[in-house]
Amino acid sequence: MNVHIRNLEKRMRIENVSRRNMLKGIVSAGGLVVAAQIFPRGAFADENQYNTGAGGMPGGTVWDPHVFVSIAPDGTVTIVTHRSEMGTGSRTSLPMVVADEMEADWAKVKIVQAPGDETKYGNQDTDGSRSIRHFVQPMRACGAATRAMLEKAAALAWACPDTEVRAQNHKVIHVPSGKSLGYGELAAAAAKLPTPRANTLTLKDPSQFRYIGKGKVQITDMRDITMGKAMYAQDIRIDGMKYAVIARPPVVLGKAVKYDADAAMKVPGVVKVVAIAPTPMPAKFAPLGGVAVIANNTWAALRGREALNVQWEDGPNADYDSDKFKQAMADSAHKPGKIERNEGDVDAALAGAKKVIEHEYYIPHGHHATMEPPAATARVANGKAEVWACVQSPGGTRGDVAGLLGIPEADVTVNVTLLGGGFGRKSKCDFALEAAILSKDLGGTPVKVVWTREDDIRHGFYHSVSYQHVTAGLDANNKVVAWRHRSVSPSLMSNFMPDPKRESSLELGLGLIDTPFNVPNLRLETGEAVAKTRIGWFRSVNNIPHAFAMQSMVAELAAELGRDPKDFLLEMIGPARIVDPRSTVTSELWNYGDPWETYPIDTGRLRAVVERAAKEAGWGKKLPKGQGMGIAVQRSFLTYVASVVQVAVDKDGNVSVPRVDTAIDCGFCVNPERVASQIEGAAVMGLSIAKYTNITFKNGRVEQGNFNDYKVLRIGEGAMDVRTHIMPAGINVPSSGVGEPGVPPFAPAFFNAVYAATGKRIRNLPLGEQLSA
Amino acid sequence: MEVKVNKQSRTFNGDPQMPLMWFLRDELGLTGTKFGCGVGLCGACTVHVDGKAVRACAVGMNEVAGKSVTTIEGLSADGNHPVQKAWRAENVPQCGYCQPGQIMQGAALLLENKKPSDEQILAAMSGNICRCGCYQRIFTAIKAAAKEVA
Repeated sequence: MNVHIRNLEKRMRIENVSRRNMLKGIVSAGGLVVAAQIFPRGAFADENQYNTGAGGMPGGTVWDPHVFVSIAPDGTVTIVTHRSEMGTGSRTSLPMVVADEMEADWAKVKIVQAPGDETKYGNQDTDGSRSIRHFVQPMRACGAATRAMLEKAAALAWACPDTEVRAQNHKVIHVPSGKSLGYGELAAAAAKLPTPRANTLTLKDPSQFRYIGKGKVQITDMRDITMGKAMYAQDIRIDGMKYAVIARPPVVLGKAVKYDADAAMKVPGVVKVVAIAPTPMPAKFAPLGGVAVIANNTWAALRGREALNVQWEDGPNADYDSDKFKQAMADSAHKPGKIERNEGDVDAALAGAKKVIEHEYYIPHGHHATMEPPAATARVANGKAEVWACVQSPGGTRGDVAGLLGIPEADVTVNVTLLGGGFGRKSKCDFALEAAILSKDLGGTPVKVVWTREDDIRHGFYHSVSYQHVTAGLDANNKVVAWRHRSVSPSLMSNFMPDPKRESSLELGLGLIDTPFNVPNLRLETGEAVAKTRIGWFRSVNNIPHAFAMQSMVAELAAELGRDPKDFLLEMIGPARIVDPRSTVTSELWNYGDPWETYPIDTGRLRAVVERAAKEAGWGKKLPKGQGMGIAVQRSFLTYVASVVQVAVDKDGNVSVPRVDTAIDCGFCVNPERVASQIEGAAVMGLSIAKYTNITFKNGRVEQGNFNDYKVLRIGEGAMDVRTHIMPAGINVPSSGVGEPGVPPFAPAFFNAVYAATGKRIRNLPLGEQLSA
Repeated sequence: MEVKVNKQSRTFNGDPQMPLMWFLRDELGLTGTKFGCGVGLCGACTVHVDGKAVRACAVGMNEVAGKSVTTIEGLSADGNHPVQKAWRAENVPQCGYCQPGQIMQGAALLLENKKPSDEQILAAMSGNICRCGCYQRIFTAIKAAAKEVA
């Protein structure tokens, strides 16, 4: 998920645009205006190139081998990876693409992580399921250019025509004679050559791929991870470093009015207590403020923080109460809303319907709870800053640190560690900014800011709470002729602009106004909801509530009509076609920042994943009593995913998930092994959302604090047999997102299965004890 | 006080209540023992104390005085403990952060039970959270490692 915040800021500075235009600007920045031609069709001797939205992202794309590849005399190839690794495998998969195209032997490849520098490396915002989608083509070009330079160097060494040499498996062969030179021998000469022009490059034929599409390459950090040597931000140690923890206001915009700094200073090892001011909203990623305790080790800092005994003035959000807020959202969803997409005449169709069916769905706040709580180390001295942090957007972090300190970006170095999970939380660099503030306060001593689990759960950027009200009308032939859908959810845009109090274009494009349903009278609306905490994006974002409501409602209609849910879902999708809502939406259709021409809404692909998942799962087979199957599908991040979830419910209402079959069409698949791991993980996260995920507020405070009261799925609780079925696609089918799209279909498929097994329909998440009641 | 860490004697003179985890991470630089929850709920900091799996965040230095602690860095000299090998063969990790704790927990299970049943594996591993959701591969890897150990 990405909101192109830096583009937004630039536009705000330059144009001082109206709010309406600002929203347009966000969408346009990535999607409609800048359908940048990174590699114009025909630029290579390869007709399969396509345009993406990568050019519209800050920094765009870079493919120059002089930036990404170096070769040592011993033949070791070092490939720079510029995206953050949070578990999706991009740190392996993108360098693997370079290695394959340049004919390198993977066993002789080393990976180096780029610091934040988007001018040099291109966009680094590891978010929105974009790493492969936007960089498979540039990285292929990078590899092909490297190969061309090595071949050229060999041809010069042999004083032979270019046509007589061929790179193959880490060496260049002189074809007529059979003699060869290793990449290490050619490295120095090749490095002096200019980067070839794009239109001279020849990409490999996919039949010649060694690694791309094979799924045989082990992840880069496998050995380090299994030996405890992999370094995350929590693990950073810098000479002379101090450790800090921060008491943050329990209510967003709260202020510390009184605290006992002396008591904290009495704890052995504590060296300083520092107050940090809160930032008024919209605060983007600015720290929440609070009181920091800096010490010689983490334990002393924690003890010092306990001794502070801070008294808070809670401020305007002290009235945030999840129960009351749910009721307010329901009230909003019961009133006509702002029309976001309109086709036909829903009011007339509902008035004339033989039957009207109406249901409401609720999903509470969620939190990422990455296994590594946020952490960052900073050294701010002599007008320069160096940061070590687990950030998804090192380029953005660099800009934010520079802005905070009032120094040029060139004087800020952001070193990217491995990320112990991300899921969107680590797109927000508040923790890195805290470290910079504290190091500056100490006059340049490096400071590591450690977030505890309680800090993480109580001071997050929360997945938005949402309330969905869906009304469907059936005609005399039991066809769905009307669909009115009201979505109410506080907007993540409240971090970046005065609270819009409803979902913005880019949130609506996540599975609401892009619905592919084949219903003649269709109206999608939003109702008002005020953000009372920091709303953030969480793996697949608003696709979660939108898919939950829509895919549950379809199954409810199927049940009402006594129809097979899978057949009825296919009927709702309608025939294979391109669905183009661009003329019926009232603002703009966010297409994940990518050009419509490359990634339209293709119901043929949507139908195909439904049919594949159903077939693989043995849809329709007789199951024992207490068991059931459910199905759901969602196009998200330009990828098509359908899941069939099988559940078994015992007499006490305990649900297990013996099997999941997920079909995914992500276009050309670069690394099927990592795609499978993402789909397995998405099922586990989806089951967490379905069963447990629930952040609640009372008196403005988050009521949960650790894994005892913020439960996440543990081993053996289900989704232990997840089978991934990747739809075959050639290199000409544009690669699309993988990290996020596995999540949205899971919860509705699960609850549709629960209904099939028990006859009970769950519309309020999480499941909790609802089946044992 | 004295404590043996990965067969090496170490001295500690600080707050006896300090959890072992912070001694390992902040004082010794053994950062393979991960900080996940601080209260023994997630298992990311799992080490062996006298051969048994222990959450290093939930045991004070005073409780490990005179004992022998093994961390992920000391599990095997070459990284080729059967559980580590199985982890690589099954491509278990995603982000990798919880994995040292998972491996230490799995290794402790196989120390006391060379032929664990499926239920015993799940029970032993249920204190270790993986937010990326690598559970099915963790389960498969421990079964594979058990086969090699048996």
